[in-house]
Amino acid sequence: MKLLLVIVILVSPFFFLGIINKVKAVWAGRKGSPILQPYYDFMKLIRKGEVISRTTSFIFQAFPSISIASAVFALLLIPFPFYGSVISFPGDFVLFAYAFGFSKFIMVLAALDTGSSFEGMGASREATYSTIVETAFFIVVGSLALLTSQTSFSVIFSSLSVSAGYSVLVKILLVISLFIMLLVEGSRIPVDDPNTHLELTMIHEVMILDYSGPDLAFILYSSGLKMTVLSILISDLVVPAFPNLLLVMASFFLILLMIFTAIGLIESFIARSRMSHVPQFIFVMTALSLTAFAVIAFFLRGVK
Amino acid sequence: MNWLEIKNLQSVSLKDIPRVHVDDLTGEIAGGLRSGKRLVQFFGNEEKDIVTLYVILADDNSSKLFVSSSNFDGNKSYRSITPLVSSAHLFERELYEQFGIKPEGHPWLKPVRKGIPGINSREEKYEFFGMSGQDVHEVGVGPIHAGVIEPGHFRFSCHGEKIYQLEIKLGFQHRGIEELFVRNNARQTYLLKLAESVAGDSVIGHSGAFASAVESLSNLDITRRAKQIRTSALELERIAVHLGDLSALSTDVGYLTGSSVFGALRTKIINTTMALCGNRFGRGLITAGGINFDISTALAGKIISTMDRLNDETTLAAEVLFSSASVLERFEKTGIVSKETAREIGMVGPAARASGLAVDVRSDHPSGGYEFFPVHKLTLNSGDVFARAYIRFIEVQQSIKIIKEQLENFTAGEIKKDVKQLDAEKFAVSLCEGWRGEIAYVLITGKDGKLSRVKIKDPSFHNWFALSLAVRNEGISDFPLCNKSFNLSYSGFDL
Repeated sequence: MKLLLVIVILVSPFFFLGIINKVKAVWAGRKGSPILQPYYDFMKLIRKGEVISRTTSFIFQAFPSISIASAVFALLLIPFPFYGSVISFPGDFVLFAYAFGFSKFIMVLAALDTGSSFEGMGASREATYSTIVETAFFIVVGSLALLTSQTSFSVIFSSLSVSAGYSVLVKILLVISLFIMLLVEGSRIPVDDPNTHLELTMIHEVMILDYSGPDLAFILYSSGLKMTVLSILISDLVVPAFPNLLLVMASFFLILLMIFTAIGLIESFIARSRMSHVPQFIFVMTALSLTAFAVIAFFLRGVK
Repeated sequence: MNWLEIKNLQSVSLKDIPRVHVDDLTGEIAGGLRSGKRLVQFFGNEEKDIVTLYVILADDNSSKLFVSSSNFDGNKSYRSITPLVSSAHLFERELYEQFGIKPEGHPWLKPVRKGIPGINSREEKYEFFGMSGQDVHEVGVGPIHAGVIEPGHFRFSCHGEKIYQLEIKLGFQHRGIEELFVRNNARQTYLLKLAESVAGDSVIGHSGAFASAVESLSNLDITRRAKQIRTSALELERIAVHLGDLSALSTDVGYLTGSSVFGALRTKIINTTMALCGNRFGRGLITAGGINFDISTALAGKIISTMDRLNDETTLAAEVLFSSASVLERFEKTGIVSKETAREIGMVGPAARASGLAVDVRSDHPSGGYEFFPVHKLTLNSGDVFARAYIRFIEVQQSIKIIKEQLENFTAGEIKKDVKQLDAEKFAVSLCEGWRGEIAYVLITGKDGKLSRVKIKDPSFHNWFALSLAVRNEGISDFPLCNKSFNLSYSGFDL
């Protein structure tokens, strides 16, 4: 069953991206492309040839595979409701964070590899924002570890439901934190605009400008998978502990849908932030997770 | 007298234009600009190997234009006035490029469009303004862009994300329009098509300005009905582009609601233009002597009711756009051009008015339908992207009012008169407030009564430089937004 779940999640990222596009289209008063359009795009790209700049080295060509590998690896570490994660050991969340981190590191190198001034700017922006997000992510997981006295993803989330009353507050704070992380990592509004054609304003998109064909398809897939993985992490926090497995799974997928609908709505209603204000937005995540950490620390001390 | 005083659309005999020594003339220009006049045209005309420089200054307060000229008889250079008058800098470069008359002491004598082969041709030795230093980097964008946009090269010198200096290199669309006008001066309809093609988003503006100039040269006064239809069409064009720009500004900041709502509103307006003349951009509507398509009573009523609905819908959409915190965060205090800068570099149009500079040909040098219903000049003060966006909204409201005034007081009559032979050796100036600002045509006829020189100035000619100044010290990621807030024409500049 766990394997089946992994497979379902592995094929789902484009569906969720399709949901975002559909929500935005409906809000804009358009019919919009089919929800499955990202799959068609993927198949189209896979069949295409690709152009590789002569100035690039092996790093450039290695990145698409590395990004897929790290996203899949992160998926294996993440716990599913009821089933837990495929791979689990104490401290696995550090590996989780650095699976993302490694892929990002290679992406920055690959962008610099092209020698394009656009991609250099994108790399600089991505590296700056990732630094802030990574810190905040460790505070989030650190809070959870403190709350449950556990250091493995699976165990942390399986022992969450039996925690004290103040954990509701903690969960709200952490869900918002992780949602901000999802927007940053997924390069969504207000951090980045996935639909823009303006290279000077791009962050993620500009770093993959030189990719085409199957390589581009892999990158699109892995960034979709990355968003899916992060949204699973969010739903882990909020899925109610129903006794019935079917109910748990239904609410799990419902929550995933809600998360992506929320992203679509955000992109419909608010404009993208000014680039120089993006760090402030990410610091909100840091602030919220620190608050959660402080609340836990306060109550834990009070109990003892 | 060193200046001949005329009005907009008044044609004068070439002989009546004063001839002044070039050094006196440049002194007079500097003096005129200090006393509040504006440099409208500064161009050369070559006849029998003698280049004559014509200068037109505008006094916006008294609705007068001042014309003067100077001969370059043998001398190929003069003392540049750009050090005194910044707004002359592109005009002097153009004069150099077109006739080889060198402005000595010009600080920035680079090619305008194609350059002079062997000296400063665009392809050969174009030297960008460079910066060096440890953290300074250069970013080149274009001439081929990611979207379906016209070609132009932008060279940024940046420190991290901050722009120190932007140099804009244009001319990639140079088609030789001014020469084409003269070469085909016997083909009336072709010339109008040419005027329509100067800038594809200012079809009515350019063809109207050209047709008015031709009428002025043949002493033809078109009917009031034709003037009213022209005015309405020009305002429809203004509304359509302004709404399209509000949509595009929303797109650039990733604000989906504004992007789709204003885009939909624009479609209604260009469809109205299509109902008027069969083309959404107004091609084929204007002809010398009047217009080609009449507005029936039924259509007039339909346009008026469309305007009423548009007024409500635009106001509602603008309220949402301009009250959204996330949008205001992007628009406000981005790309500021001060009023002093705007005046100094000779900005025109909504961009100038957004900086507080009250220039509007419809009010300053009224002609056509604007003579019956005066236009009030709208200005804002902040000079940022917000002002340039907001002024579009209030100008849309104003244009709706103008169209209703014209059509509710529609006069009967012919729509077209025949254009007689043009007068020989005449000089006509035609100013028209296109949606982007002042469009200026100068037509000169030869002894045979045919056009011997056509000088076109699109408002972009003044305003591109304003964009370079607006983005200084801004983040490079805000450049596209600033650029869109001006929405300048490449083809109108490149001619």
